[in-house]
Amino acid sequence: METTTKEEEANAVFAEDPINKSLSNEDKIDLLRQMVRVRRFEQVALTEYQNDKMGGFLHLYIGQESVACGTISILGDHDHVITAYRDHGHALCVGMTMNECMAELFGKRTGCSKGKGGSMHYFAPDKNYWGGHGIVAGQTPLGAGLAYGVKYLGQKGSCLCYLGDGAVNQGAFHEALNLAQLWDLPVIYVIENNGYSMGTSQERSSAHPEAGLAHRALGYNMAWDQINGVDLYEVRAKTKKALDRAHNESKPTLLEIFTYRHKGHSIADANADKYRTKEEIQRYMHEHDPITNFKDTLSDEGLIDDAGYKALVKEATKEANDAVKFADESPYPDVSELTDDVYWEVDNNTEAGRTGRHFFH
Amino acid sequence: MARLIEYRDALREGLDEELAHDDNVVLIGEEVAQYNGAYKVTEGLWKKWGDKRVVDAPISEAGFIGMGIGASMLGIRPVMELMFFSFAYVAFDQMMNNAATCRYMSGGLINVPIVVRGPANGGTNVGATHSHTPENIFANMPGLKVVSPSNAYDAKGLIKASIRDNDPVYFMESTVLYGQKWEVPENDELPDGELLVPLGKADVKKEGTDISLIGHGRAVITSLEAAKILEQEHGINAEVVDLRSIRPLDEDTILDSVRKTHRAIYIEENKPFCGVGAQIASMIQERIFDYLDAPVLRITSVDSPAIYSPPVEKEQLPTVSDIVEKALSIC
Ligand SMILES: Cc1ncc(C[n+]2csc(CCOP(=O)(O)OP(=O)(O)O)c2C)c(N)n1
Ligand SMILES: [Mg+2]
Repeated sequence: METTTKEEEANAVFAEDPINKSLSNEDKIDLLRQMVRVRRFEQVALTEYQNDKMGGFLHLYIGQESVACGTISILGDHDHVITAYRDHGHALCVGMTMNECMAELFGKRTGCSKGKGGSMHYFAPDKNYWGGHGIVAGQTPLGAGLAYGVKYLGQKGSCLCYLGDGAVNQGAFHEALNLAQLWDLPVIYVIENNGYSMGTSQERSSAHPEAGLAHRALGYNMAWDQINGVDLYEVRAKTKKALDRAHNESKPTLLEIFTYRHKGHSIADANADKYRTKEEIQRYMHEHDPITNFKDTLSDEGLIDDAGYKALVKEATKEANDAVKFADESPYPDVSELTDDVYWEVDNNTEAGRTGRHFFH
Repeated sequence: MARLIEYRDALREGLDEELAHDDNVVLIGEEVAQYNGAYKVTEGLWKKWGDKRVVDAPISEAGFIGMGIGASMLGIRPVMELMFFSFAYVAFDQMMNNAATCRYMSGGLINVPIVVRGPANGGTNVGATHSHTPENIFANMPGLKVVSPSNAYDAKGLIKASIRDNDPVYFMESTVLYGQKWEVPENDELPDGELLVPLGKADVKKEGTDISLIGHGRAVITSLEAAKILEQEHGINAEVVDLRSIRPLDEDTILDSVRKTHRAIYIEENKPFCGVGAQIASMIQERIFDYLDAPVLRITSVDSPAIYSPPVEKEQLPTVSDIVEKALSIC
């Protein structure tokens, strides 16, 4: 007997939400395309990492694409984005190109940060994208600050500040939550709860695990919500409520989006399938994958078939491969450029920049 | 012949021995227990010693290091792992204000026997946020001790001495060195039955007569390579001095070396401004100016935050050829 799963029922409810109802057929395909682009970018980046084209860390977002794609897809001109080191998905969703993102991984001068930041430190202020931050929860007071700036400037906007389930235990985050509520800052904290901080499960790192993490907003009398990240429609619908609250009431929200990373914490995670069972990983990959879920939704709506989906994947693969070529052919920064971009005054050769010695090697 | 073991294994042996030596020693840090350590320094110790002695912490550096400082006041000997020493900045207030000053402000009523250890190095393309080398910053603060072993032997001896020390010791390692091997004797080969390297004792890693290459941490290894080239290709016999502990500082060994060679370069992977080398250079000219045949020089990282780009980061840190070149400029 065929039964509809809970997930399918929920999909149906959120599909009817005005923010999703208003999508054209083309918009819907674009959302799917965006998620596929993020995934293909990272799969290709992983191969290039294994080809020794980059160094350091590579934290993959594979499995979590619906979070960045869904939340960012509803933003307007004065809405800002800031996240942690698992930042490739957010970058592509705000409109950064695969070329500049891949070149950054390769450490090339044509990278978004001129090869200076690497995988964890993508930035594009022209797209309201403020990083890419390597220190766990270090971005959370900055998120409050971007919201403060928006409010101070009298704009109707917000800041979406992403963090992991492990990051909620940093003191800076709690200080930021208090400030946000105390000062009515239009910031939306999005906890991407993938269940683990490196090899530590949520149960082993956070007190009162049954309550979830968004629940901590209660202590600050802040609005909060929990979201099933597998369903792009749900992510959009519930984030929209928080965005309206930020825009119309200048109030913060704490969202917790349940999601899963298919890969290890980073490429260097030697224990990626030791602290989680193989069955658990397989179950999420095959039964709760946000891309498959949305593809199936669109296929039920009659908007895409297998051939159409394959074409999307092919197109994204080509884009990623072209980005590899671009990155490969780009030059490295010159050693003489190490001390560029340290001081604004020096870079701009102002009087202040010419006064006194700034560098000492 | 003594056996060869990795730097990380030497550290683990030291930790393991101290866990056995003193019931009050406890290891705390992110992923140190069940995951076996992000860099495998603590591998197997949780299995051996259990939940009470080896503890996984949430990502709350200010909280758990501050907690360790508090516990140490009751005689617990916490050995806290920072996955990267860069994360010390999250716990800066605890490490600077509380650990360093409780003894002083209580007029000596309290002591803080804590060790905070972890890798403090660049050179692995992990970007500016993960590549800090704060040895000079912490050594600046009276009340704190700073240790930076350059090899497996010293790592083992120094970690054991640091854990037994009754003051706060910040112990800075290197992910680049973790996988490298050195000779480390078995305990039964040692007269005292164990390896202890006291803090405050520098070590002459290579004797020489023409110039003193002085440094700490991995820069010592780079200096040893440079000394080989200076000898083989330029007939210059360099002496290499390893501080091992930065504070307390073994001034005598440095001064004896420079009195003999009349020339000195300080090499470190840290930034130049108020770096450890600045302290050493000042000390040398103040104490033995008349022995010098050349100004005391310094070699440091290029003075910018750590760059990601792999080939450029290589050049940002002191290289063998930087040292050879600078040595030739004064020899
Ligand atoms: C202050 C600080 N401590 C530790 C780390 C090392 N570290 C990087 S990511 C991470 C786990 C974070 O987990 P979570 O917040 O759940 O985010 P996820 O990786 O799952 O996206 C740790 C311990 C760090 N970068 N910064
Ligand atoms: Mg997580």
